[in-house]
This record gives sequence, C-alpha cells and structure tokens, in this order.
Amino acid sequence: MKPTKTMLTAAVLATAAGGVSAEEMTIVSWGGAYSKSQLKAYHEPYSEKTGVTILNDDSSAEAVAKLRAMNEAGNITWDVVDVVAADAIRLCDEGLAMEIDPDTMLAPAPDGTSAADDFGDLLVSDCFIPQIVYSTTFGYRTDLVGDTPPTDICAVFDLEAYPGKRSLEKRPINNMEWALLCDGVAKEDVYDVLATPEGQEQALAKLDTIKDSVVWWSAGADTPQLLADGEVVMGSTYNGRLFSVIEEQKQPVAMLWDAQVFDLDGWIIPAGLSDERKARALDYIMFATDTQRLADQAKYISYGPARASSAPLVGQHAELGIDMAPHMPTDPENAKNTFLYNYEFWADYRDDIDAKFQAWLAQ
Amino acid sequence: MTDASENTGPMLAADGTPLKQSLARSLRRQKLRALMLVAPLLLFVMFSFIVPIASMLFRSVENSIVQETLPLTVEALQNWDESSGELPDEAVYDAFVRDMVVAVDNKTHTRLGSRLNYEETGMSSMFRRSGRKMGKLDPETDGPFKDQVIEIHDGWGEPKTWAVIKTHSPAVTNGYFLNAVDMRRTPEGAQAQPEDKQILIKLFGRTLFMSLVITASCILLAYPVSYLLATLPMRVSNLLMILVLLPFWTSLLVRTSAWKVMLQQQGVINETLVWLGLVADDARLVIINNQFGTIIAMTHILLPFMILPMYSVMQTIPESYTRAAKSMGATNWTTFWRIYFPQSIPGIGAGSILVFILAIGYYITPEIVGGTKGVFISNRIAYHISSSLNWGLAAALGTILLAVVLLLYWVYDKIVGIDNVKLG
Repeated sequence: MKPTKTMLTAAVLATAAGGVSAEEMTIVSWGGAYSKSQLKAYHEPYSEKTGVTILNDDSSAEAVAKLRAMNEAGNITWDVVDVVAADAIRLCDEGLAMEIDPDTMLAPAPDGTSAADDFGDLLVSDCFIPQIVYSTTFGYRTDLVGDTPPTDICAVFDLEAYPGKRSLEKRPINNMEWALLCDGVAKEDVYDVLATPEGQEQALAKLDTIKDSVVWWSAGADTPQLLADGEVVMGSTYNGRLFSVIEEQKQPVAMLWDAQVFDLDGWIIPAGLSDERKARALDYIMFATDTQRLADQAKYISYGPARASSAPLVGQHAELGIDMAPHMPTDPENAKNTFLYNYEFWADYRDDIDAKFQAWLAQ
Repeated sequence: MTDASENTGPMLAADGTPLKQSLARSLRRQKLRALMLVAPLLLFVMFSFIVPIASMLFRSVENSIVQETLPLTVEALQNWDESSGELPDEAVYDAFVRDMVVAVDNKTHTRLGSRLNYEETGMSSMFRRSGRKMGKLDPETDGPFKDQVIEIHDGWGEPKTWAVIKTHSPAVTNGYFLNAVDMRRTPEGAQAQPEDKQILIKLFGRTLFMSLVITASCILLAYPVSYLLATLPMRVSNLLMILVLLPFWTSLLVRTSAWKVMLQQQGVINETLVWLGLVADDARLVIINNQFGTIIAMTHILLPFMILPMYSVMQTIPESYTRAAKSMGATNWTTFWRIYFPQSIPGIGAGSILVFILAIGYYITPEIVGGTKGVFISNRIAYHISSSLNWGLAAALGTILLAVVLLLYWVYDKIVGIDNVKLG
C-alpha cells in the first residue's frame, strides 16, 4: 500500500491535468449484482496486486452511444468497458474498440491451451474478450400453472393450457425466433426463414396470437418484479435475474430453460487510448480473464464462465453456499435445447425487423 | 438671457467636449459593461444550447461518409445508369477495390457498412465479410476485378447494391428527413416506406395528441388546487404548497414505478376494487401499460409545473375585484367567469406551454408505463441514439419535433398572444 500522501498528490495532479493518473482506471459495467460480482472476483484482487485504483462507472447500457460521442469529442475517459457481444461487434465495426490478439494479449489456460482455443467459438469479434455466457430464458410461477408445469417453450404461446399474462422483451430479438420455433419452423431453419419478409410476417402473426396477453419489458429487472407480484404467469429475462428471484428471494418461481438463448458478455478496450493507458488496460484484461478469475465470478452470480477451462473450477455461491454448477445456463441438464444468439444476422436485420416489430406493436 | 447667442453653439460638458459626444461615450461604456456582465451567460447559452442544436440540425442532413470512404467509386458510378438494370462496368469495380483497400487499412469500411445498412438490410455484413479479402488485393496487378469482387460476396453482383451506394452518395442528403416521415430515398425519388414499417408519423401524431390530453388534464386538476393555494390563509396554503412540491423532491423513476405498483392488475387500486366487490376478480381493470397509464403518470409528474405559474398569477388577482362584482349583484358564477377567470388566463397559458413542451419530449415515463400504445416519438429517438446508432435519423426526428413546437408556439401567439403569458 502506498502512503496516502502520494496517492493524494497523484489524485490532485490527475485532477489538475484533467486526465486519469497512472494509479487509476475507469471500468464501465452494468451495475447492481453484476458489478458486485466483478468487484469481488476481478477488481479487488487486481487492486491488491498492482495498487491501481479502479473506478466503477455503471454506464454499459449506453456504452455504444457514449463511446461514439467520446470518440467524436476526442476525449476517451474509459479504460475498459463491459458490453454484450452484439454491442462489441458494433463498436468494432465503428472503429471504436481496439482489436485484440488472443494469443499475445490473453492468458493461456493452466494446462497450456492457448486462449484462442480456450475461448473457442465465443470470440465472436476481433475486439471482444468474452467473460460470461448468460442466457435469456423463461421463468414461471409454480403456483399459477396448475398441475402440469410447462416444459417446453411453446407453453408461452399456449393460452389455453396456461392462461394469464406473459412478459416479453420489447424488441424483436429472441421473440421472433421463439415464435417461429413454435410455429413449426425447424431450429436450423429459423434464421433462413426470418431473413425473408414472409418469415418475418409469420413470426409476427404467431406473436399476434398472444399479443393481448403480453406485458412488454425493457429493463432486466421488470420480469422478476412482475413474477414476484403475480402480475404475469411466465416471462423472459436473464437467467441470473431468475436465479436471484428463486434462490435469494425464495419466490415460487421456476426456470423453463427450454430454448434458452445463449448470449455473451465481455470486455472491450476503447480505441484511441494513450499507450500508457492501453498497456494498463491490457494488463488488467490479462489478469481478469484468466481461468481462475472467470471461475471466481461464478461464486457471486449464476452466469457461466466463457473459458472451457474455468467450468470445472466453478464452486459454491459465496453467501448462499449452494453449488453453482446446476444453475449455470451451460450445465448439460439445462442446456438440452439451446439457441445461440446469431450476431451476424441481427447486425444486418436489427434495424429492418425492429421497425416492423415496432409498427406491429403500435397497431 | 443676455448671452442668448452662446446657447446656439454646441453644449459642452465639463471637460469641454460636446455634450452629445460625451453622452454617447458614457452610454457606450455602460452598454459594454452590461455586455460583459451577461457575457458568461451568453457564452454558456451559446456553447451549451445553440451550438449543440445547430450541430444536431446539421447532422440530420450530413452524409459525407459515402464520399469520404469510396471517393473513386462514387465518381465512377456517375457514368452508370441505375435504371438500366445492368451491373456497372469494370471501371466501377476497379475504383471500388482501390477505395476498399484504403478503407480496410483505415478500418472505415465497416462503418460505411453500418451506415448503408440503415437503407438496405444486409450491407453491414457485406462490407464486414468482404473487407478482409478485398484488403489483400493489389489494385495495380490483380485486375480485372469485376468477377473477383462478385466472387468475394455475391451481393456485389446485384445492381441494387450499386444503386443504394449511388443514391446515398451525396454529401448532403434529405434521406434522414424522408425516413423520419415514413418515406425513403430511392433511385426513382422519394417513396413511401412499405406499410409494415410505417410508424413514425403515427408516433408524432400520438405524441402531440397525448401531450394535449395531458396538458388539458393538468389544467383541470391544477386550477382548483392553485385557487385554494392562492385564497387560503398563508399558514394552510404553505402546508399545501409543500405537498405540491413534495413530488419534486422524489426521483422521477421512483414516482413512475410507484404508479406501476398502484395501477397494475395485482396492484393497489385493482385489489381494493376487487375487495370492495366493485370489480370481478377475473375482470380486473387494465389501467397501465397503455395510453391511460401514460396519461395518469405524466399528469401527476407534470402537475407542479402547471400549479406553480397558475398560483403565482392567481395570487396577484386583487380580492377587491370579486367583492366589487358581488356587491353589484353578480352571482358567484358570473363573478368567477367574468371577473376572476379572465385574470387567471395568463397563468393557464404559461403553465400549458411549460407542461406541453415538457410532455412532448418525455420518454422515460412512457417507456415504463406506456406498454405498446402509450409510447412517444422520443422513445424512438432514444432508440436511434443509443441502440441503432442512427444519429442522422434521430437528429431528423428531433428537428421535426423542434419545428412542431415552434409552430405551435406561433399558433398560440396568434390565438392567445404570447404577451398574455405570465409566470407571476
């Protein structure tokens, strides 16, 4: 630990220069339980090891727009940013994120496997360093579904067997896929069908059958709240949110898991950092995405580590003391029928289908 | 008297200069001093208000990215007739490869792909996928390119692709404004968007309509409250005033979420109605996630902005006027309608303008309680700013909204008169 006086002087100097001192870095993330898990698993050990002070900024939801504005203003104040993979691809396309070479910039697995192989297919963009696998899936009220709890995704579209409201996200992504899947389209054909105007109409027509029974959400916390209030019978949200409703708040809610959509969340380093800040950001990334650190994060939140080599190291929840492996979206029991978010498809079709989806919603 | 001739000459100040000149000089100095006093504010307004608005207005027509990224291609495409239905010739492909090699080197090709993807779905991945292979071509030795480029991605073999690039190549475009009114720029000129994508005009209309309804309901609710505040004894009215201001000290999100708890189907109001037996358990009222929910929540949130100007105007209405009217035999209603109400109109006007303009730009509350039919145009603006990154379209939508507000302001000035607005 450095003497306080030095740190104070450094802080004063940093403020005077209007920049970030050598002892500080700003890490942007989502806030809430997720940031807490990163604080415990990454930030605290890293600060202890290097003496770097880490400032948290909960701006990930607006990260893409803000990074673009910072880039235009020529003053980038963030060092490392946590974003979902789709945003990472967008940032990479816009030239706002730095390209990463996994072989030299990321730590190999303990057994010597290269980082590129350890992350495997999850390296979906040249700028993206995966951190966790999460999924968007359904939770349902165990007390409101009668004697036959739902086991497959099409229960969402079955108003006769499961009357009541459902909550779905107010965007086309995932909903369109689920609609087609339950309208008889084979899983491997979903994106081919969705690429055609007829396929988009088909998906919207299927959603139309439950439109009057849907509550649309836009924040991840909405569905857990709606389930807890009994306002909806079932609803989609991120699996970690459902974990906390079920295990931490002990609500009568269960996971559906069927046709859960895997998505990735991870780090990017903004393009255009000074050499000194870039080196520090890379040093942090090297530390925070190694095998042990990724496994550590799963002690605090039920998202699966992105490295294959981390999975066997996942232990128990730090406070509840329950085994975390069965709560991971990647657990074989949960991952019987899964979808992987098709990044390239949605990068192309997002604006087009979103316009149609919103027009349909407004009808 | 005796020196009358002296008065015909110029009047002199104490120091001997002509009085007129001296006066002008001291006035100028005064003006300068005043200007220096307001200079900080002027500069602040300039840089924090006028410059951003001007840059937003400019962004809605700015489109230099195509010309900057593909300068040679844009020039070569001038000789190509997009209505011929045939592919451009080798010259265009050659220019395209030259441009792409530079663009891939600067990593600007994917940026252009995102820009063109707003116009034609699929362009984003075409540029991303083609980039790596095209960046490796050598423009001097590897030609001819037409077949090679089409080999890299068959999208380059479609005349439509080149028509999109040509249509959107001007550095100043009306494309974003056309998009903002559910139209689009095509090689054949402006055309309507396909019907299943038309939503923005509808949202503009809905935003205006609902803002008017919210303003009207604010007037109805705020008038009696302000009247009470202005006429009750000071001690009581101060207490009431605190109640009016209390919501101001609570976070907007908290207030909006509180309405959710109140209005949802398992919420306080529905539970109470069911308990009282006024509503059947299986027919609970739907009063949130629709227009009604938005109107209720926004009326509540904006109410203080209506009460405060009304209150301060009503406070200045002398009580003696109404007493005089009554003493001359006017009924209570006549006194109110002929004497009190006309004097309170400036307050209504000020409050209405305030509430209406605030309402038109709201997006957090409609997003949370609006469901599908209660969202505003600002929600789309927010989407295009933060999710789709189509800032050009967002700027065009914002510009139209600004123009609509100015237009309504002008109409208001014509009908009611802007001099007739008072904040107290």
